[in-house]
Amino acid sequence: MLLKTKESLIRRMYLVDVAKGLAITIKNFFFAPKITIQYPEERRKYSDRFRGQHYIKATNGVENCTACMLCPTVCPAECIHIVAGERPDKEKYPVQFEIDILRCCFCGMCEEACPKDAIKLSTIYEMSTESRDVYDRSFLMEQRGNK
Amino acid sequence: MNAIEWYAMIGKTALVIGMLLMVAPVMNWIERRGAGLMQNRLGPNRVGPFGLFQTIADALKFLFKEDRILGHVNPFWYFIAPIVVLIPACMTFAVIPFASSITVDGTVIRMQAAELNVGFLYVFAIASLGVYGLIMGGWASNNKFALLGSLRSSSQMISYELSMGLSVIGLVMVFSSVDLMAITQGQGEALWQLGPLTIPKWGIFVQPIGFIIFLTAVFAETNRLPFDLPEGEPEIVGFHVEYGSMKFAVFMMGEYMNMAVASGLLASLYFGGWQLLPGMGWALGNLGLAGDAHEWARIGFEMLSFTLKLSFFMWFFVWVRWTLPRFRYDQLMDLGWKVLLPLSLANIVITGAMIYYGWV
Repeated sequence: MLLKTKESLIRRMYLVDVAKGLAITIKNFFFAPKITIQYPEERRKYSDRFRGQHYIKATNGVENCTACMLCPTVCPAECIHIVAGERPDKEKYPVQFEIDILRCCFCGMCEEACPKDAIKLSTIYEMSTESRDVYDRSFLMEQRGNK
Repeated sequence: MNAIEWYAMIGKTALVIGMLLMVAPVMNWIERRGAGLMQNRLGPNRVGPFGLFQTIADALKFLFKEDRILGHVNPFWYFIAPIVVLIPACMTFAVIPFASSITVDGTVIRMQAAELNVGFLYVFAIASLGVYGLIMGGWASNNKFALLGSLRSSSQMISYELSMGLSVIGLVMVFSSVDLMAITQGQGEALWQLGPLTIPKWGIFVQPIGFIIFLTAVFAETNRLPFDLPEGEPEIVGFHVEYGSMKFAVFMMGEYMNMAVASGLLASLYFGGWQLLPGMGWALGNLGLAGDAHEWARIGFEMLSFTLKLSFFMWFFVWVRWTLPRFRYDQLMDLGWKVLLPLSLANIVITGAMIYYGWV
C-alpha cells in the first residue's frame, strides 16, 4: 500500500536537506580517511591462512611428499597430476607433480588432506602470467611459503 | 574599427575559446578526483603530478580508438550531432563579461568577446540550439533506446528552459537591462549598509528566489545530476548509446562547456561577475600602482574575481553531483512545471511590486 505522509513545507522545499547533504559530502571530501590502498607501494595484509600459490614443503632439501595420491583424489577441480616413483632406499616419491593452476579453485583441500604436510598453499597472490602455466615439480619445490 | 580594436577582438576571442577548450580536460580531472575524495577513495593520481595528465591520457585513448560509423545509423546526422552540441556551447560564452572595460589610447575595450546589446537573450537563444544535437544524435542512431533518451532529454530541456528564462526576468526588471555588462556593473552598487559591512547589490541578495530557480534550471539544462536523465550513465541509457571514440568525447566536451557557460552566467547574473571580491579592492589599493599599470592590475583582479566565482560554480556542479540522487522522470516534470514555473511567475509579480514601492 502506498502511504502518503504529509511533510512540512520547509521539508518539501527540499533546500535545507540539500544543504545538509552538501555539508556531509564536503566533510567527507576534506576529513574522511581515504581507504584506498595504493597497490604496488602498499599491500593489503592478508591472513596467514590465505590460500594462494602452491608449493611442496621440503625437509633438508627432500620433498615431504610420498606420492600417496590423497591430494589428486580429494581435489574437486582435478587439477593435480602425480606420477609416483621409487627411490633407491625404497621410499615412494613423486616423479612428476603437476598442478594445472588454471583449473585450481584454491579450496585448500589438498593441503588439508595431505598427511605428510607436503603440499601447502602460500600467501602469494600475484600469480598472473602471460602463458597458460602448469606448475611442475621443480617449480613447486621452490620454498615460497611462510607456513 | 581601428588596429587596437582588431587586436583586442582577436585577443578576447582567443582567451574565451582557449578557456572553454581547457575547461573540459581540467573539469574532467576535478570531477574524477573530487568524486574519489568524496567517496573516501583517492581517484586517478598516477599519470603526472596528482594525476593531472590523466585527461591527456584519456584524450589520447579517445583519439586512437576506431572511429566507427555503424551500419544502421544515418551517417550524416550521426556525424553532425556532436558538433551541433559543441558549437552552441562554444558560442554562448561570447557575451559573458570576464572583466570591466579598459581604455587603451582612447579606445574603450570591453572585456567580453562579443558586445551584443541583446545580452543573455542571445545566450538563451543559442543554448537552446544544443537540444537539436541531442535529438539528432538519438534519431540518427536508429536505436529505440537512444531515441527514448533523446526524447527524455529534449522534453527536460524544453521544460526547464521556461523557468530558467522567467527566473531571470526579475533581474532584468531590477537592473533595467539585458546586457550582461550593464547587469554586472549594476551589481557593484551597495544594497544595504550593516555597520562596517556593505552588502553589495548582487543578484542573489536582490533575487534569492530567482537565484534558486535559475540554479535548479541550469542543472537541468546542462544535464547534470540530479537531473541527468538524458545521459543516466548507471542504469538508464541515454541518447549517445551508439557513439564511441572522439564523437562521444565531443558530447562530453559539450557538457563541460555548457557547465562553464552556466557557471559564468550564474556568476555574472547573481554573484556580481567581475565585481571584486571582498578584500580585493583593498589589495588593489595597497599595490601602489598608478596610471596604466593600475588599470591593468584592476583588469587582472577583476578577471581573477570572475574566475574564482566561475570555478566555485564549476565545483558546485561536481559537489551536487555526488550529493543528490537522480530524480525520477515524473518528479522531474513535476518540479519543472508545478513548482518552478509558478514560482518564477510569482517571483516576477513580487519583484514588480517591490520595484513599484521602491524597495529594490
